[in-house]
Amino acid sequence: MAVLVDANTKVICQGITGHQGTFYTEEALTSGTKMVGGVRPGKGGTRHLGLPVFDTVRDAVDATGADASLILVPPPHAANAIMEAIDAQVPLIVCVTERIPVLDVAQVKRALDGSESRLIGPNCPGIITPGECKIGIMPEEIFRRGRIGIISRSGTLTYEAVEQTTSKDLGQSTCIGIGADPIQGMTFADALELFMADPETEGIIMIGEIGGTAEEGAADYLRQIRGSKPVVAYIAGRFAPPGRRMGHAGAIIQHGTGGAEAKIEALRGAGVHIAESPYAIGDTMAEVLV
Amino acid sequence: MHIHEFQAKQLLDKYGIAVPRGDVASTVDGAANVAQKLGGGGWVIKSQIHAGGRRNGRFEGSPDGEGGVRFTRSIDEVRSNAEQMLGHVLVTEQTGPAGREVERVYIEEACDVQRELYLAMFVDRETGRVSLIAAPEGGIDIESTAVSVPESIQKLTIDPSTGVDQDGAQKLAVTLGLDGGPAEAMARIILAMYEMFIALDASLIEINPLALNAGGQMLALDATLTFDDNALFRHPDIQALRDASELRMGELEAARHGINYLKLDGNVGCMASGAGLAMATIDAIKSFGGEPANFLDVPPVAQADRVKEAFILLLSDPGVTGVLVNVFGGGIVRCDTIADGIILANREVPVRVPLIARLTGTSAGYAVRRLTDSGPAVTFARDLADAAEQAVKAANAAKRTMRRSWWDRMQGLMSKNDGSGGSLTR
Repeated sequence: MAVLVDANTKVICQGITGHQGTFYTEEALTSGTKMVGGVRPGKGGTRHLGLPVFDTVRDAVDATGADASLILVPPPHAANAIMEAIDAQVPLIVCVTERIPVLDVAQVKRALDGSESRLIGPNCPGIITPGECKIGIMPEEIFRRGRIGIISRSGTLTYEAVEQTTSKDLGQSTCIGIGADPIQGMTFADALELFMADPETEGIIMIGEIGGTAEEGAADYLRQIRGSKPVVAYIAGRFAPPGRRMGHAGAIIQHGTGGAEAKIEALRGAGVHIAESPYAIGDTMAEVLV
Repeated sequence: MHIHEFQAKQLLDKYGIAVPRGDVASTVDGAANVAQKLGGGGWVIKSQIHAGGRRNGRFEGSPDGEGGVRFTRSIDEVRSNAEQMLGHVLVTEQTGPAGREVERVYIEEACDVQRELYLAMFVDRETGRVSLIAAPEGGIDIESTAVSVPESIQKLTIDPSTGVDQDGAQKLAVTLGLDGGPAEAMARIILAMYEMFIALDASLIEINPLALNAGGQMLALDATLTFDDNALFRHPDIQALRDASELRMGELEAARHGINYLKLDGNVGCMASGAGLAMATIDAIKSFGGEPANFLDVPPVAQADRVKEAFILLLSDPGVTGVLVNVFGGGIVRCDTIADGIILANREVPVRVPLIARLTGTSAGYAVRRLTDSGPAVTFARDLADAAEQAVKAANAAKRTMRRSWWDRMQGLMSKNDGSGGSLTR
């Protein structure tokens, strides 16, 4: 068992013929991920890396029975690519693309309401169940299958947590990078719910960062469910310089949330163990996991 | 991206939101001319900087003086106030202690305000939509009002598939205590704001205060606009409004190369792959008692020459006495690309401060060999904790040495000067 993806997950790549699409599809194939095809408008009917290429997501799903899509499409077209995958009712959509205009993502978020699809990202490293399925851009070699579920808003900082759990012999069940954009698909709370229900996951690491209220939302969720698994969190940006502030709206709407201290306090209040520094994530988990 | 008040008001006007008549000036004479052209007997003169809190701010060197927004009743007063503002540094609660130099002032007709309200539209992370907040009393105390009387703040979240309608907007105006013409006017303003927000890819449009004048007209007396940097590619007209002088040293250079760089005040320079890891690197430096000199996130599409530019930028800060490079190779970021960037930078600007590197992930071994063979002297760390500890120690030791050598040099020069009576130059 793992979360969301395993050896049976059939994956297509939107933007497969591009530079990044080619690179990460090859990597996914090497890692043993069941890649079944790709999408590139205008190149339907051709083959790329030995896989069939389709003009539309719908065609690809009909032909391959894909249940996940990896989106590596440039920012101006990425939101449309996600919309297309939602229309084709792809169950799991992973969008790695960063720098997508936020109002485009707001449209995507609206389209997800009541749809059959779940979106991870955008601006995220993706999802991996080590040894079974990788949909994203993370370096496979640092992962080792194991007991810890990892959820992260940050890209490279995710790898820090992975490396530390690998070197402590804890390993990972599944690792999900939910992305760092102001508006995103899957939230911390969504991912926590999945990991709490997964028998293979014994402990959960959350990597948060300053800004927004995603960590506070996770704390609310954890307080409600009183889950039995230990959760360790690290919040990046405790000493980040305060950004130059413009206007009052942020302050009015946040009511003192959003800063590292407020997030840490909220998470502590929900029984979460806080890693005080970025290099103590693995140690903290090893200590609380008995 | 931020713009100035005068630019924001021009945009509001374009979308049919009324603003007082006014114009911008960068000289005292210019300011007087604007006031003369506007006519009337009262003018508001406003410092144009990218930060709020101007009215309660103070100019450097005159802590007991007036703020960055002033009311004047004669052309002479316009002149003297413009003179006190232009070329001077204004410090407000939003600028930080360094303040911002005022290069332009905006002069507008004073208006007879009956009532001030607050209105702001923004990207709401919590709902994933655009939301509007409004308050019956606007002005400079809005943040404390939001704390003391939170129920007075009205919020409206907008469904992107339907937008705002006149009815919903008017209902909101009524809950703020408006009726008749003013309520309708406010509803029209809300609709115009939303049209503008979507059309220009804004991330914040704040009108504070929104004034009801004696003639029953609604006017935006002040406005703050920010735009989504990620959407600027489709708005060349907005990009053209960027004021380069508002960026701190190095930040413009960074923006030009697509590097995420923020100047800080410490001595440990740092560069990391990814924003999260960059923040964590700063946290790690602080946890060992160090002070970071900057925030620098190497773009994930890094080619070696982009890394080179980033590294040179980092070294160009004279306050840097040691450097920490923290890279997790993965995905597009490869450690050897980072190593090549550092090697190229070192050829152009030789590294004269201690350099500690923690390289792990994709191609880390190869990167270490490249640096050892042809790079500057590098101390390689085993993990983040080790790297941060070593970097802080080395940078602080170098800072002491640099201070001492400066002191020795000065002492030497002075004794030479005393003895020979010759000049300071050797």
